[in-house]
Amino acid sequence: MSKLRKQTWRFDHPIYLASTGTVVGPLESRGPLSGSFDKEYGALDCGEKNWTEAERALMRRAISFCLAKAGKKEGDMDLFLAGDLMDQTVTSNFIARENRIPFIGMFGACSTSMETLAAGAQLVDSGYADNVLCAVSSHNATAERQFRYPTEYGGPMNLTQTFTVTGAGAAIVTKEPGKVRVAEATIGRVIDWGIGDANNMGSAMAPAAADTIWTHFQDTGRKPEDYDLIVTGDLSSVGSPILKQLLFEKGLDIGKIHQDCGLMIYSPDQPVNAGGSGCACSAVVTYGYLFKRLAEGSLRRVFVVATGALLNSATPKQKDTIPCVAHGVVLESAKEEKK
Amino acid sequence: MIFLYAFLVGGAICVIGQLLMDVFKLTPAHVVASFVVLGALFDAFGIYDWLINFAGAGATVPITSFGHSLLHGAMAEGHEHGYLGIAIGIFKLTSAGITSAILFGFLVALFFKPKG
Amino acid sequence: MLNDPKNYSENIKPFQPRIPYAANCVRAFLSGGLICLAGQFMETFYIHFFHFTKQSAGNPTVATLILLAALMTGIGVYDKIARFAGAGSIVPVTGFANSITSAALEHKSEGIVLGIATNLFSLAGEVIVFGVVSAAVLGIIRLFIEQFF
Repeated sequence: MSKLRKQTWRFDHPIYLASTGTVVGPLESRGPLSGSFDKEYGALDCGEKNWTEAERALMRRAISFCLAKAGKKEGDMDLFLAGDLMDQTVTSNFIARENRIPFIGMFGACSTSMETLAAGAQLVDSGYADNVLCAVSSHNATAERQFRYPTEYGGPMNLTQTFTVTGAGAAIVTKEPGKVRVAEATIGRVIDWGIGDANNMGSAMAPAAADTIWTHFQDTGRKPEDYDLIVTGDLSSVGSPILKQLLFEKGLDIGKIHQDCGLMIYSPDQPVNAGGSGCACSAVVTYGYLFKRLAEGSLRRVFVVATGALLNSATPKQKDTIPCVAHGVVLESAKEEKK
Repeated sequence: MIFLYAFLVGGAICVIGQLLMDVFKLTPAHVVASFVVLGALFDAFGIYDWLINFAGAGATVPITSFGHSLLHGAMAEGHEHGYLGIAIGIFKLTSAGITSAILFGFLVALFFKPKG
Repeated sequence: MLNDPKNYSENIKPFQPRIPYAANCVRAFLSGGLICLAGQFMETFYIHFFHFTKQSAGNPTVATLILLAALMTGIGVYDKIARFAGAGSIVPVTGFANSITSAALEHKSEGIVLGIATNLFSLAGEVIVFGVVSAAVLGIIRLFIEQFF
């Protein structure tokens, strides 16, 4: 395990994603990435009694797909790292109650996807675990209810507002050779440049993403050309141009290789305002679409930077600004090695 | 003619609300609260009754009329019983609105499920 | 220069989407106006058939609109209309009914007493608070003035 400068880990051993599992809700299944997910629910309630249980069903299904594809059982897992957006991350806690895997709950808002993956890879690399199950979930209705208004309330739509992705993603991290390698991780600092508008997360989170990406290039000494894609979690159509400009001013041009999960998962004509957000946004795009592309070798090296706004529903009303964080993980295709 | 005025006045009140949200970045809660206070204020100067005569539902349907009715009820009892009358009469005219909102809101919540 | 934490919120203004003020206002005007027009039809109906006066016909009209809005919230239509209407569906009394019904529906999963009943006014309570406080204050002032003049 070696540390590059201050914030980046380069794993000593080859660490692999054994398998992934992704499930999404109705709106995501009508988006451009439809077909790259394991299960697409037609109804927002996923056949459950209430929203909370619907979100739990999402994570449960994502994990069962992930385990089945790897041919493993819950008992084979040494650790379960999971998080979500609910108060006290109840979705993850309740899933951990069911699967009985030693559990570390994690919270980094929408950055939890890469936070759990980075920590999981590190624990496997350092030998404290052989198989780590990482999972995150988010649900549009549970998030709306917790952070904004009741789901049936006819509130106004802000153009800068994002739409929480309904879905869940899970991945198994292991040393057993697989198709996609987890090479490096850059852990982000919490950045707050004074945006207090909870309906403008893209603008609030862009500096955090810029800081993590900039630091990653400093730490690794690489250039943007070394990557096929740099993918941010949920900066949306508002935050993405800001991120590119922030980095461009510092001499880092990622314009051609940057994409945002929140913009990839929905088509422009879907009613999502600025784009998708939520833990599941980066998770289902990474573990679904990007994983497939990396596994088949059409993408060689991807830097996934999941961005999170670390607020609760009370802090913006108390005029607090929004602290933001971004965690990045470098995923590489392992296909060539097999030849 | 009252139909046209109802449409125009009601629409215009909503436009003011839209501008408060778009230009002054008020939340819906702030907009609605200010409108209720404005309705009461207009009634205090007797303007709101004139508006109801002129525009009918254009003035009674927007939430401003809630403030107007509260003050109206309060004043009617106030003239009879003095200051205590304000407390007695304040909900007198709005009773239908509040009762139906509680009743129908409760019943709908009992029988329906949120769709998201 | 965007890399300036102190003036960031100012400097990102060119990156923010432009609010379509005119279109929003037109939509609020049309939808708000239509709701009031529907109210006017009801009022005329109540005046002609149930002998309400112009001043009192507001009561049954408001109650009818509230019933319709509550039902539309229940079947999940009101929030879709609001997407188009903006303030046009918030300012009329139907918005008040929507805020009550949606809050109650959302918390239904927590039970009838702790969920529906206690949350019924979680959004709409402010209307009643501000209405009562302002009406009481204005009422006292007016009574006071009327006593002397």
